[in-house]
Amino acid sequence: MNNIIKKFLPQILAILFVVLIFGFLTINAQTNMDNRGIDFGFGFLSQESSFDVQFSLIEYSGSDSYARAFLVGLLNTLLVSFISIIFCTILGVIIGVARLSSNYLIKNSAAWYVEFFRNIPLLLQIFFWYYAALRALPLPEKANAWFGVTYMTVKGYYIPAMVWENLNVFLYCGLAAIISIIILRNYANNLRDNKGKQIPVLLYSLAILIILPLLSFLIGGVSLEFELPQLKKLSKISYIYEGGISLPPELIALVLALSLYTSTFVAECVRAGIEGVSKGQKEAAASVGLTPNQVLKLVIMPQALRIIIPPTTNQYLNLTKNSSLAAAIAYPDLVLVFAGTALMQTGKAIEIVSITMLTYLTISLTIAAIMNWYNKKIEIKEK
Amino acid sequence: MFKLVKQLTSLVAMFAVLFAFSTETMAAKKSKTLENTKKRGFVRCGVSQGLPGFSNADESGNWTGIDVDVCRAVAAATLGDATKVKFTPLSAKERFTALTSGEIDILSRNTTWTLSRDADIGLTFVGVNFYDGQGFMVRKGSGIKSTSEFKNGTSVCTNLGTTTELNMRDFFDSRGISYEPVVFEKADEVVAAYDAGRCDTYTTDKSGLAAQRTKLSAPDDHVVLPETISKEPLGPVVRQGDSVWEDIVRWSLNTMIEAEEYGVNSSNADMMKTSNNPAIKRLVGAEGELGAAFGLDNDWNLRIIKQVGNYGESYKRNIADTGILPDRGPNELWTKGGILYVPPAR
Repeated sequence: MNNIIKKFLPQILAILFVVLIFGFLTINAQTNMDNRGIDFGFGFLSQESSFDVQFSLIEYSGSDSYARAFLVGLLNTLLVSFISIIFCTILGVIIGVARLSSNYLIKNSAAWYVEFFRNIPLLLQIFFWYYAALRALPLPEKANAWFGVTYMTVKGYYIPAMVWENLNVFLYCGLAAIISIIILRNYANNLRDNKGKQIPVLLYSLAILIILPLLSFLIGGVSLEFELPQLKKLSKISYIYEGGISLPPELIALVLALSLYTSTFVAECVRAGIEGVSKGQKEAAASVGLTPNQVLKLVIMPQALRIIIPPTTNQYLNLTKNSSLAAAIAYPDLVLVFAGTALMQTGKAIEIVSITMLTYLTISLTIAAIMNWYNKKIEIKEK
Repeated sequence: MFKLVKQLTSLVAMFAVLFAFSTETMAAKKSKTLENTKKRGFVRCGVSQGLPGFSNADESGNWTGIDVDVCRAVAAATLGDATKVKFTPLSAKERFTALTSGEIDILSRNTTWTLSRDADIGLTFVGVNFYDGQGFMVRKGSGIKSTSEFKNGTSVCTNLGTTTELNMRDFFDSRGISYEPVVFEKADEVVAAYDAGRCDTYTTDKSGLAAQRTKLSAPDDHVVLPETISKEPLGPVVRQGDSVWEDIVRWSLNTMIEAEEYGVNSSNADMMKTSNNPAIKRLVGAEGELGAAFGLDNDWNLRIIKQVGNYGESYKRNIADTGILPDRGPNELWTKGGILYVPPAR
């Protein structure tokens, strides 16, 4: 009996404490809002938003609801986070490996890169890329074509739009290619484990990935045309490109700043991971006759990844949360559209801020869950 | 005997009820905000982050502008000293939360009076100190002379969390023009982006356009188009629920406007005490008991006029002489062809 009390009493007290604090906060907020004549409720979400958003992945206009405006902001946040995570990972791995290079120049420039970009506040970097780029980029009519068809201007980066015919056939082919690659890999693994035979999986996979979609063009009736951006006159001195896709400069500046900043941290994680694998492992692998490539792929990387993944997950989470700085340079993310304009127009501060907080929490927990799953997968499995 | 006890208790109960009632009416007359302001020794005033003519701080941190003068007038009326104001610069997004959460007591930040703001979010607008309307600024070289020349794909820079965002949508939608809104949180960022050529046009209240134009790298290369696409009555705002404080702020503003109407200004206010006109005598505290209604002394309005000046002086000092909007337009007195008209102070 005594034991049970000792075990549960502190926990019950802790729960009681938390409940009381939340209860107090809720009641306090409620009385204060009552006193000031503010009512609480989520009915506004279905009302017409009556404001427009610069850049949206889904159809949206001012006659849509606040709920849809929320979705527009959320998708923009996810878009900028997704692109930046990919870039910062690629860049981070390259820089991290470069820091371990035996070449003096490569090693030191990588070290300088890391020290430079991680020690300047992110907001300043975002402002720098945005305003520096805005000042430096040409007006649309003066822009030179990059690769012949794309234009980098102060009003955005204009690229050709793809106009597909029978897109679904192409997508099915792509899916089929991915499935056959998975089957091939399993087959190759079995072959290696049971008979000790190796086949060049990477080469075959690449071939499948190219040939299957190519077939869809040749016999599947798929065709692809490009709609090129065309210069259009708005007034005597101002021009714009029409047709094609325009990526706003706000998105580009934000992706640049977020990826450059976060890549320094990822680089340090990668370096830590590789250095964390003891030298003896490498030497032992070499002494049993593995080639340097095989040493890296089969011995070093599997062990390094275990060290790299958990801190890199943190960096991905940070990046996603840092993307909320978008509001400073007019990129219409969740904070700008929903916790900014929508909050101002409705005055529902508590409701909107709690929805926004919960949304970021959900995004972060989802990323954490995915990375944890991956971490579990690459853990050392003791047989 | 028994009857007597019963009568006595009912008598006591009756007194109790009366007493409770009278303390309650006493409480209603008092203003919590006024009490706290007096205790603190300064008025807490929310202003913009820098809009020349309305609220703008110089290098040494002195705030000037017609919005600033409203807060100074309230400080002169309640504390006797127009300099006893603490200014809090707020973005458009932060302003209402700062007021409703009690961080500031007056929001005097070129804020448009609309139905939903007045009714919905715990605010009360007390009056109008500037009649404005939304306009567009474009580059002179563009050759655009009117808003009807805007074409599909025009990019528009503006501020976040303003009525501007809504008016802009109404304007372009009703004309069937597609446009690209580029929305920044701070006014300085909007100016920088427009200046760099990010946008074809910059839209906000016309007074704001005139003021922000001075911050551009080459102000003379830009023009404000003649059309006004919305009504923007700008005025001070207070928290809902303190009607005495609301009245103090309202009548501090009204006093400045009425003083101009009767020709009372900061230099002749003391002499006006001996005026023959009772309306003027009331305005300088020489007749009537106007201050008592708010729990203030009788010189409250005289102090406003002496320390801050009348509306005309404030406008001239902040907006006309700085070259922002030399022409008063609708912000002229009703007696001189404008629409400034306030209820009489009596």
